[in-house]
Amino acid sequence: MFENLSGKLAGVFERLRGRGTLNETDVAEALREVRLALLEADVALPVVKDFIAAVREQAMSAQVMESVTPGQQVIKIVHDALIAQLGGAGAVPLNLNAPAPVPVLMVGLQGSGKTTTAGKLGLRLASRERKRVLLASLDTQRPAAQLQLEQLAKQAGVPSLPIVAGETPIAIANRAISTARREGFDVVILDTAGRLSINQELMDEVRAVRDATHPAETLLVVDAMTGQDAVNTARAFNEAVGISGIVMTRMDGDARGGAALSMRAVTGAPIKLVGVGEKLDALEEFHPERVAGRILGMGDVVGLVERAQETIEREEAEQLAAKLAKGRFDLEDYAKQLRQITRMGSLSSILGMLPGAGKLAAQLDESKLDGKLLRRQEAIILSMTPEERRRPEIIKASRKRRIAAGSGVTVADVNRLLKQFDDLSTMMKRVNKLGQKGLMRHGLAALLPGRRQSWH
Amino acid sequence: MASSGFFSRLKEGLARSKQKLTSGIAGVLTRRKLDEKALEELEEALIAADLGPAAAAKIIADFRKTRFNKDVSEEEVRAQLAEDIAAILAPVARPLELDPARKPNVILVVGVNGTGKTTTIGKLALFWKEQGLSPILVAGDTFRAAAVEQLQIWGERVGAPVIAGPPGADPAGLAFDALSKAKAEGRDVLLIDTAGRLHNKRALMEELQKIIRVLRKQDATAPHSVLLVLDATTGQNAIEQVRVFKEMVDVTGIVVTKLDGSARGGVVVALAEGFGLPLHAVGVGEKAEDLRPFDALEFARGLVEV
Repeated sequence: MFENLSGKLAGVFERLRGRGTLNETDVAEALREVRLALLEADVALPVVKDFIAAVREQAMSAQVMESVTPGQQVIKIVHDALIAQLGGAGAVPLNLNAPAPVPVLMVGLQGSGKTTTAGKLGLRLASRERKRVLLASLDTQRPAAQLQLEQLAKQAGVPSLPIVAGETPIAIANRAISTARREGFDVVILDTAGRLSINQELMDEVRAVRDATHPAETLLVVDAMTGQDAVNTARAFNEAVGISGIVMTRMDGDARGGAALSMRAVTGAPIKLVGVGEKLDALEEFHPERVAGRILGMGDVVGLVERAQETIEREEAEQLAAKLAKGRFDLEDYAKQLRQITRMGSLSSILGMLPGAGKLAAQLDESKLDGKLLRRQEAIILSMTPEERRRPEIIKASRKRRIAAGSGVTVADVNRLLKQFDDLSTMMKRVNKLGQKGLMRHGLAALLPGRRQSWH
Repeated sequence: MASSGFFSRLKEGLARSKQKLTSGIAGVLTRRKLDEKALEELEEALIAADLGPAAAAKIIADFRKTRFNKDVSEEEVRAQLAEDIAAILAPVARPLELDPARKPNVILVVGVNGTGKTTTIGKLALFWKEQGLSPILVAGDTFRAAAVEQLQIWGERVGAPVIAGPPGADPAGLAFDALSKAKAEGRDVLLIDTAGRLHNKRALMEELQKIIRVLRKQDATAPHSVLLVLDATTGQNAIEQVRVFKEMVDVTGIVVTKLDGSARGGVVVALAEGFGLPLHAVGVGEKAEDLRPFDALEFARGLVEV
């Protein structure tokens, strides 16, 4: 699997550099790697082609050819172009500028997550924007679909249109609008049945619903795992009903989400929201700059930095950096690190956001290095004397027994922690040796010991 | 499960998706000689069908060996391409078979959210019911709103009992109770629905492992099948899905759903190469009879429109 585009491109250019100055063929080879990365990320082929054609000229510029880091230059050009094509930096809000009740129509294929998204959107508008929201399901196809929305509405604390058996989708839509008007709702969210883009009858039906309700927003709900078919789906729905915005669901999975680029390219409609979990509040604004990195397999660096900023005290970080620089990193610092990591969330999810750390994250996942283990490690350190934390080398058999008893673990656990600390110190020394530049060039992989690290 | 009309239906479904692939191939053939440029275009046509860059490259490499620089007709290219793809798929085209001696055959149905697990269970139950067998269903998706009711409606349609608990009930406990009941009643097949879960959510995957552990307290050989339901619109992430589900719950076979749309499900080719898991059936519509056995050659032919 394609792990890291930066690594690949660095490789391409390093190989080429042996021959002297770069030429257009070299850059073309780099662009082939970009093309492959985009295809692996499920960006649709026609969209990939247009994209590569658009960045080619920039990539051929003297800026790249004469650069000492052409790989990084190409990455930056591609990254910037991706952000631009995904809609530019920043989020696009929902457009609710219409006389109340404002209808919002949810459409999409079966199983894309329309109903769950409708529930989430209801909660979001009600709680964040203080809107009075009415949820209504027009899905008369799938068994218990209307009941599903009703239950979600209850969970969200948002009213839903009472279910009347045997009613047609159009009749439900009309009843929803008139009910909302009569009872003074601000927004009506109309959930529809999943339909295939090639099913003419059902596409006609949803068009009729649109014509009857004049939605301010028609949101196409798309699974982030969608492959090449994204273009067909987007085109068909856009032609049939006109899409004003896209919602990408299951962005909490590990799909690279290339469908976002395909959908946006075909419809021109902005991606407005992303679903990031099963809980009802797991609906967020879409940030093109984050997804661009993800599509390239570079991780969501912005997201990581943001999360880190929220949780790591700046001063603490600076102190740590100073200690690192001097090569003095003790168990006290290690415990601090553990606390910060537990605060930031699971290790593997953090590593998933880092460039080039995808493999490491998988290994960690396998090793079940979870919050529980981190907390146990912290407990072990807390059972040590300050002297022991500063100079771990003095911890011999009897001290180990005392520490184990104090933290409720076995001596083997204490040994394991000390071993890990030792490994980490070695890794830290490597960081110092590589320096900031080396880390940028080789990524986290440079830090990994030759053999696979054992965490147990 | 084979029946007439399936392939025409499958073809119908694939028709739109084929358009691009076909026009790509037709474009290739106006040149007559199969040169580098033509091969590249063929490769792209396969990529556009979701085969993925790696699988597409492999198929084209084989093609290069046999056909490069030869004068070929459009039909020849298509037939050859279909054969190449079918050769990869043939070993995995194996129907799901029940052991008549087992009462019950325990089938655990897993997959990410929204792939069609519940619908597939309904279709499978009806199929076996019509064969004179007695299925029993377990509403193991106790998380999603109204998932239980969705399966119950299928149970009514099929005429099969549905074991369900309150919302948030432990699915492992439900499965255990259902297995006792199925044994006591001498049922032929126990179909266990589960909540959709993303494969990168470790805790949720461990919940599936728990269901299996608990089932084995009653029957050490259960579950006899673990079916992964895969949405045909899924792109390359399907590979990761299969890898993780297989590792965590030892998937024994795959059902591909929603093949009646414009999605081609070409990732199945990469899956066949990478994992060799049996491809039991495909879903080509919302009706019960729209679950059909997977046929390698017909699927490949449909893909390249022979």
